Amino acid sequence: MSNDDISIETTRHIAYLARLALDESEVREYAGQLSAILEHAEDIASLDLDGVAPMRHTLSVVNIMRDDEVRPSLDREEVLASAPDAQASMFLVPKIVGEE
Amino acid sequence: MSLEDNYLITVGLEVHTELRTKTKLFCGCANEFGAEPNTNTCPVCLGLPGSLPVVNRKAVEYAMRIGTALNCEIKHSVFHRKNYFYPDMPKDYQVTQYDEPTCINGYIELPITGKVVNIVRAHIEEDTGKSTHIGTSGRITGADYSLVDYNRSGIPLVEIVSAPDMVSGEEAREYVSELRSILVATGATDGKMEEGSLRVDANVSVRKVGTDELGTRCEIKNLNSLRSLVRAITYEARRQMEIVDGGGKVTQETRHWNEDLGRTSSLRSKEEAYDYRYFPEPDLSPLDPSVEEIEAIKANLGALPPKRRAALVELVGDSPSKSEIEQIQTVINFDLDDLIFAGIEKGVPAKLSLARCANEVAGLITGLDESYLVPSEKLLEVLVKESLGELTPTQSKAVLARVVADRAIDVAALIAELGFVASSSDEMDSLVGEIIAESPSEWERYLSGEDQLAGFFVGKAMKKSGGKANGKLVSKSLNDRRSQIQG
Amino acid sequence: MSDAQFVEMSAVDIAAGVRSGAFSAVEVVTAHLKQIESYDHEVKAFVTQMSDRALEAARAVDEKRARGEELGALAGVPVALKDNMAYRGVETTCSSKILRGWIPPYTATVVERLEAAGAIAIGKTNLDEFAMGSSTENSAFFPTRNPIDLNRVPGGSSGGSAASVAARFAPIAIGSDTGGSIRQPASLCGVVGVKPTYGLVSRYGLIAFASSLDQIGPFARSVEDSSLVLDVISGHDERDSTSLSGRSYDHQASDGGIEGLRVGVITEMMDGLSDSVNKALAQAIESLRSMGALVDEVSVPAAKFGLTAYYLIAPAEASSNLARFDGVRYGLRVEGKDMNETYELTRGQGFGPEVKRRIMLGTYALSAGYYDALYGKAQKVRTLIANDFDAAYSNYDVLISATSPTVAFEFNAKSDPLSMYMSDVCTIPSNLAGHPAMSVPFAGDEDGLPIGIQVLAPSFGESVMFKVASALEAAAKYRAVPQWASTEK
Repeated sequence: MSNDDISIETTRHIAYLARLALDESEVREYAGQLSAILEHAEDIASLDLDGVAPMRHTLSVVNIMRDDEVRPSLDREEVLASAPDAQASMFLVPKIVGEE
Repeated sequence: MSLEDNYLITVGLEVHTELRTKTKLFCGCANEFGAEPNTNTCPVCLGLPGSLPVVNRKAVEYAMRIGTALNCEIKHSVFHRKNYFYPDMPKDYQVTQYDEPTCINGYIELPITGKVVNIVRAHIEEDTGKSTHIGTSGRITGADYSLVDYNRSGIPLVEIVSAPDMVSGEEAREYVSELRSILVATGATDGKMEEGSLRVDANVSVRKVGTDELGTRCEIKNLNSLRSLVRAITYEARRQMEIVDGGGKVTQETRHWNEDLGRTSSLRSKEEAYDYRYFPEPDLSPLDPSVEEIEAIKANLGALPPKRRAALVELVGDSPSKSEIEQIQTVINFDLDDLIFAGIEKGVPAKLSLARCANEVAGLITGLDESYLVPSEKLLEVLVKESLGELTPTQSKAVLARVVADRAIDVAALIAELGFVASSSDEMDSLVGEIIAESPSEWERYLSGEDQLAGFFVGKAMKKSGGKANGKLVSKSLNDRRSQIQG
Repeated sequence: MSDAQFVEMSAVDIAAGVRSGAFSAVEVVTAHLKQIESYDHEVKAFVTQMSDRALEAARAVDEKRARGEELGALAGVPVALKDNMAYRGVETTCSSKILRGWIPPYTATVVERLEAAGAIAIGKTNLDEFAMGSSTENSAFFPTRNPIDLNRVPGGSSGGSAASVAARFAPIAIGSDTGGSIRQPASLCGVVGVKPTYGLVSRYGLIAFASSLDQIGPFARSVEDSSLVLDVISGHDERDSTSLSGRSYDHQASDGGIEGLRVGVITEMMDGLSDSVNKALAQAIESLRSMGALVDEVSVPAAKFGLTAYYLIAPAEASSNLARFDGVRYGLRVEGKDMNETYELTRGQGFGPEVKRRIMLGTYALSAGYYDALYGKAQKVRTLIANDFDAAYSNYDVLISATSPTVAFEFNAKSDPLSMYMSDVCTIPSNLAGHPAMSVPFAGDEDGLPIGIQVLAPSFGESVMFKVASALEAAAKYRAVPQWASTEK
């Protein structure tokens, strides 16, 4: 962790990764607040955690699985009823520019 | 010297294979191809708020089978989330495996060249839905809007990542072909490239001969057939060589193969750094197969293509020809090796059944329904008759086609119906007698050693019998008669 | 029996009365609906009321009894549901503009279990948008007011559920707790709130905030009621991979005996408490000692890093969990020139400021170059916290602390995100460790505002936790009364 404040540019990049349209004042506000929160996070930066295993799961169970048995799917009309836009029983989305 | 002589090509492949489970990876919706749009969907595979995934045991078993078949180590594994936005991915993250995949460090040996290609990893992940791009061009670029069907969303996949061990499009093709036959043999997948159940992405780079450091690679997507794979790699390698040769630098990027235009193109509209923000999927437990489970999978795997191939090669003889190796490959891909072994027991020469299985039967069953059962007994009956000379090759092929088309058909009745009857030895012998009587001078020449005249008699016999004569039996009769006369 | 009596009645008594036929479920539900009618315009606990469905369900319970069928443990008991639980056919919003209008095609497991036990869902309660907050001021629709003092917040994020129980709109309610979202509002509203062991209650149908921390639990006005509800909602669910099989909680009336129990007071949670809260904690310690418990201070050193770890892990998971709100399949869509712009506009306008802040923070914590230093390190701190708790539990049966450092605060009192986050400093470590913890109302400050004591236990230690909570409840000389009821007096 660094002492550097989160820059406006970084904030914009993060907003893009998260697909959040932010206006200029929001970008400035979040840049400042994120810096403050991360500054608070400095308290764990100094901890020596070598040799401590990260807690990757809350429970220490493994192999929770189900059998390969077909269950009823939802009624399609009910599924599509929530869609902002649909056509031909499919979800309609605006044009996709680029890939992924 | 051509440009290609100055450069080395490096290819690594990522092969995605859909697993043949009854249900999806994380929910009980049916895993089926070709259903009406959005009918196989539920809160889980639609990513509805509040829904949670539960892993399909069968999918994990299949993944372990695949790993075992690819000589991988089967490990403790953890699911991760790969975060990025795309409309056919309903949660806007993909559940996959990241730093702890189920299978690592395997290899396969290519059947024709004998080359070993290393497998870096094989991991389990979920498929996305399917977008149809609507607009003038029908492609992503230029589409007005897209329609999304989530039937495919959540179908279990195993992604098999090879090391960058291949050096050409042809080698990549051989790898995929062999990989496919191994995958199909495990029972984990149907391997149908045309239905998208086997999909290939290729990482291609080039470097100057004499240098060790790999060049910048491009990832090519949308390779829907072995033909596309070879063409795309060849095209892309050439493109990169031209860039490097002109003093330019290859940009690392994802490129799309356009089969119609025969070229790859960059898809990205703007340069963006990928940042998938992987982290362990908190909604799923790790997988930790026991040694017993892993051993059981190994034990139940059955004979895989490499072993089956070796057995067939042994049948054919010491050094099989290239076309025979290809026939063997086809026979394995279509699971017809048992038929060949059964033929041996009944005296059918291996080369004959190999040729008929690879060149006829395989073609005939291509495209039939998955549930189609090959009528092995009846096919064998036909091969036996051919090997005894009771059917000519042409007749045999015609009968095989009818038997495949109608599994219930009675072979003997069919042969009678087609009028392929029985050119029995006696009939042929009397036919030959008639012809000899009609052509005394040719007979004399034959007796004096002009063997090539056998063809004349066979032709006559064909003509007289309206094409039903059996050439083998005619030759036999001629030969027998000469031997008798000449003592 | 009068409406006033019905709305003061415990769930245990309502179910017993409905089962015995002393009164009907319709009478019970009607009384509660009237209470809502009278006071919810002031409290604003509900985002969606379910009056018609509730009456219909109550009639069904009464008919079932008339047919001589056996009734469940919560027969005729009204229950308020936090509006982040899916209910088929009823709008479910998470108090967010981005989800407004969404009608789920399925129902959360806990709701199915409550209804199977005869409970009657009477409405969906307000929350901080997507359960992110400690005051319910972050609801995109309206803030909920604390029934005990209408000028103050009810806490959050399950503020609507806590307020609905405190306001006698329902004897029980369901909330979700990611970093204290049940216990803190319970403390501020003077009711009991329980966060069970992670994995004890199915999360299927709970709209996730932070999946590794979220747990559903009950609100009630008595420890016994909360215990009964936990009994009903706990147990394995095959639809949730993190729901443990072979684990459920069995309600039993506490004998109240805590003699000889070893109770540790967490040192790290004694700092920064307001005077009145400090005093209440001291009284609680005295009470437990007087009942024969062995009470000591105990250090859980890593607990002081809990807040930091939490504010990296929870936003990280949230940034991923909330990605699906993208305007494609459900909810709000703000159309842009292409898909990417549609994502950005939909999410930029659909999420409120706190949600966006946490998505930004979480995206940052997971992004390339920061993962190890932020998210990765926080996961290690989580291990330390769990280890330190384990060490403490080797010497103590339960631990206690204040639930919240302060009593209910006034609206707009904490505009700085960090000071709001500090509200959860005592509750967060249990979520990180996956342990159960609950808040039980114990005292009032000089203005009569409720103060809760938190009882923490090791995983699946609910029985001993409820035992100690019952003892504190019995010793408490305070009972929270809605503002309108106290001014009437």
